[in-house]
Amino acid sequence: MEKRELTCIGCPMGCLVTVEMEGQEVLSVSGNTCKKGEIYARKEVVDPTRIVTSTVRIEGGDKPRLSVKTKSDVPKNRIHDVMEEINRCVVTAPVHIGDVVIENAAGTGVPVIATRNVEAVLG
Amino acid sequence: MIYDVVIIGAGVTGSAVARELSRYEANVCVLEKGEDVCSGTSKANSGIVHAGYDCQVGSMMARMNVRGNELMGQLAEDLDIPFKRIGSLAVCNDKDRMNDLQALYDRGIQNGVKGLQILNREEALEIEPNLADGVVAVMYAPSAGIVCPFRLNIALAENANRNGVEFRFNTKAEALCCDEDGIWHIRTNNGEYLTRTVVNAAGVYADVFHNMVSEKKIHITARRGDYCLLDKTVGNFVRHTVFQLPTKYGKGILVSPTVHGNVLVGPTAFDIEDKEATATTAEGIDDLTAKAALSMKNIPMRQVITSFAGLRAHEDGHEFILGEVADAPGFYDCAGIESPGLTSCPAIGEYTSGLIRDALGLKNKENWIGTEKDVLDPSALSIEERNELIRKEPAYGTIICRCESISEGEILDAIRRPLGARSLDGVKRRTRAGMGRCQAGFCSPRVMEILQRELGLPMEEITKSGGRSTIVSSRTKEDA
Amino acid sequence: MMADTVHTAETTAREYDIVIVGGGPAGLAAAAAAKRAGNDSILILERDHELGGILNQCIHNGFGLHTFKEELTGPEYAWRFIQQVYDLGIEYKLNTMVMDISEDRVVTAMNREDGMFQIRAKAVILAMGCRERPRGALNIPGYRPAGIFSAGTAQRLVNMEGYMPGKEVVILGSGDIGLIMARRMTLEGAKVKVVAELMPYSGGLKRNIVQCLDDFGIPLKLSHTVVDIEGKEHITAVTIAEVGPDRRPVPGTEERYTCDTLLLSCGLIPENELSKAAGVELSPVTSGPVVNESLETSIPGVFACGNVLHVHDLVDYVSEEAARAGENAVKYIQGLGEAQNEGAADPAAEARRITLIAKQGVRYTVPSTIDPEKMDDLLTVRFRVGDVYKDSYVSVYFDDERVSHMKKRIIAPGEMEQVILQKSKLTGAGIRNITIMIEKE
Repeated sequence: MEKRELTCIGCPMGCLVTVEMEGQEVLSVSGNTCKKGEIYARKEVVDPTRIVTSTVRIEGGDKPRLSVKTKSDVPKNRIHDVMEEINRCVVTAPVHIGDVVIENAAGTGVPVIATRNVEAVLG
Repeated sequence: MIYDVVIIGAGVTGSAVARELSRYEANVCVLEKGEDVCSGTSKANSGIVHAGYDCQVGSMMARMNVRGNELMGQLAEDLDIPFKRIGSLAVCNDKDRMNDLQALYDRGIQNGVKGLQILNREEALEIEPNLADGVVAVMYAPSAGIVCPFRLNIALAENANRNGVEFRFNTKAEALCCDEDGIWHIRTNNGEYLTRTVVNAAGVYADVFHNMVSEKKIHITARRGDYCLLDKTVGNFVRHTVFQLPTKYGKGILVSPTVHGNVLVGPTAFDIEDKEATATTAEGIDDLTAKAALSMKNIPMRQVITSFAGLRAHEDGHEFILGEVADAPGFYDCAGIESPGLTSCPAIGEYTSGLIRDALGLKNKENWIGTEKDVLDPSALSIEERNELIRKEPAYGTIICRCESISEGEILDAIRRPLGARSLDGVKRRTRAGMGRCQAGFCSPRVMEILQRELGLPMEEITKSGGRSTIVSSRTKEDA
Repeated sequence: MMADTVHTAETTAREYDIVIVGGGPAGLAAAAAAKRAGNDSILILERDHELGGILNQCIHNGFGLHTFKEELTGPEYAWRFIQQVYDLGIEYKLNTMVMDISEDRVVTAMNREDGMFQIRAKAVILAMGCRERPRGALNIPGYRPAGIFSAGTAQRLVNMEGYMPGKEVVILGSGDIGLIMARRMTLEGAKVKVVAELMPYSGGLKRNIVQCLDDFGIPLKLSHTVVDIEGKEHITAVTIAEVGPDRRPVPGTEERYTCDTLLLSCGLIPENELSKAAGVELSPVTSGPVVNESLETSIPGVFACGNVLHVHDLVDYVSEEAARAGENAVKYIQGLGEAQNEGAADPAAEARRITLIAKQGVRYTVPSTIDPEKMDDLLTVRFRVGDVYKDSYVSVYFDDERVSHMKKRIIAPGEMEQVILQKSKLTGAGIRNITIMIEKE
């Protein structure tokens, strides 16, 4: 049996929640004050995921960087790989909000999309 | 080439000497280790034009102070320097020290200070309503004033440069000696300079250069002073420069308006070993807060927008050491220039240049130009004039620094003018961009962009104040 | 559709019904709401080169859950409102700095194309946002080298200009911007060594502490502050020490961290220099204008919303509040025709006015006064507390009578709280004061 402790992010209480696990199976959740804490803890110990936001280089645009995000959550332990791919990525203006800039970020199956507009500058 | 005069230091003293020497037919060069004028002792001081009552009677300091005060009005007009003769008050908090106040008055009279008056508490409150409750009497000195210390320094240097004086920045004098022909050799990090005469205006390092050439050693202590600057919204808190009765560490803590409408509180006095140690300390700030409360009540210290520390070049004898060094012909000291050094600089310039003129037999320059214009201040214009300006130069229509309302046009002027700004601090001292309540939070990225464009440098090489003070380290995504 | 070049339909027009100062989230929402409420004469003045304000540099996600029921990044959230402004055909001027607002609502502004110009407005909506508390105001001892940034300045440099301030970072202050920047700098390859927080609690969201610090193993030191800054030209190290209950450093607890960057995230201050110059009464607690139920300041026809009014925790609340300011400005203008003499005190309204009192843990309320006749059917009163309260009650008193008693598991200074007042309960009830306080039971 494994014990994991984590801080609930549901509200400013920040309950210290203890999860007892057997492999990938959650045996018990304690320390939480409300239902939100249990839901959060169950997900966080089995399948922690995050949205990754950053910028990519953009050529020929009216701005030097284009802000981007993963269209949905990616596994937390893949953040680094996703960032490496984002760091290598160079796009060409114009790019508009929602445009896909990376189809499948680091093999997670999640695309990276633009979160703002960058217009092309002439010349 | 052999210069007639090389001046070490482009602070306010070196620049004043340079400007006065520029009246004559002579090859003059100023060596400055910083990246800009006004980057040592001169950049952090009270900006006070002292009346001259507290200097030792008969001292060089008294003579230069009173003469400097006399010259300041015309100089400010000629060089477009913000200067206001607002008068000063020296407060006495103790009935038992009334004789000290009287002694100060008597000394002032002997030093030739005009208009001094001792006022009782009621009279004093009429002209300065927020005096502390414990103040029993004050000495009023109407000839005292406030000046923009940056503009004073910059304007003197600009005017010297306009009249042919060369300035070498990032050039640090390291050693000097005189050869058998009487020519001085100054070794710097940027090569050797040869000159007939040397002016030592090296601030806290003036003893180092003096002691390289003379057997009669001097010693200068860096005396740190912490200051707090308060927001313009409380600018009307104080009307005069309010001093305390002097002590052996100087004129005590002052509370004063600045020419730009802020309130300045300081300086403390801590003698330190390191001649670059301009770090403020918590004790220093606590000390000045406590002491300032003796002169003024309810000082709005919550409105502090920045604190900083400056160094005074305190010579052991507390006297200005001026003139040719007896055992080093051709080497002129301007050493020990602490308060009232800013006030005295026009007089020190006049005096020192006079000695050199006579020694070298310099002739007046025929086409000498004695006036300068400051960076244009559009806020002084009417709407019509301002619009005319923006039509001609649209950059005046873009505000870069929100707090001080400084436009791109003013920043471009500061960069493009002779001896122009090359760093954020250089722009700040010439235009006030970044000097307001947000302390450059909003405008620094934009000023950096303008500097990058104008100087043709990458952003990674734009600095706060020269040297290694770069602001950004690299581009994002470039390590990938 | 690109509207970057469409500035105004008629640049020579010098009269507008509503001038909105600021094109950030507050200004955009106020403009859209005013237009929908039927006013066609609206002008937004924005000092930056694009609409959207500070949201454009907040590229992280977490915006808009309340408003759009989905999680957006800052620029995406801004874009939703910018589109509304475009679609509604609302006029705006970019790169335009408002220099002055007079008491009779003449707005003086300036830009490169128009020069300095004046607009006579029937109503003005203040939406200038806030700024960060700079180092000077914190009075941190030590040198003043390069490499010290407010977190927001660093955010702009990294996210918009594409420059890294440095590679070894210490952050003072655990406000949300500081936490967000800890993650951003880390993702961009910097090492964030520590986040120090003066208070015994963080002002940031728990979510940000977990996802911006814990995820990357960045330590958060509560009750700590920076006591020394080293480096004459560029910052080389800082010293952090623990503070006692008096928030003064405890000797002997100093720890030195080498670094090339110090970020400060030590609070936000509403940016009210224009309001102050106009003569608007400001609250010493919020540093924002004192407003009534209509979000109208002490100057009739001048409204305030968003972070210029009080610093918000969520942009959703900014949008909501700003929309009310926009609608109220329209109502005010409609009322101008009916009123006998504009600006004159109305004795009946004075008699009806209810004063809101914040006490016992509640630092302030927005609004400060209510005229029950003029309020909406439901009025949201927002406030913040001065400390962390657990298992406590938010109580509302109408004069001496407690009318509401709401148990909260936790109330923290970092989050805005609210109570909702019903018009029907206030109209004609003769209430003088409404007091909001925190009670243990």
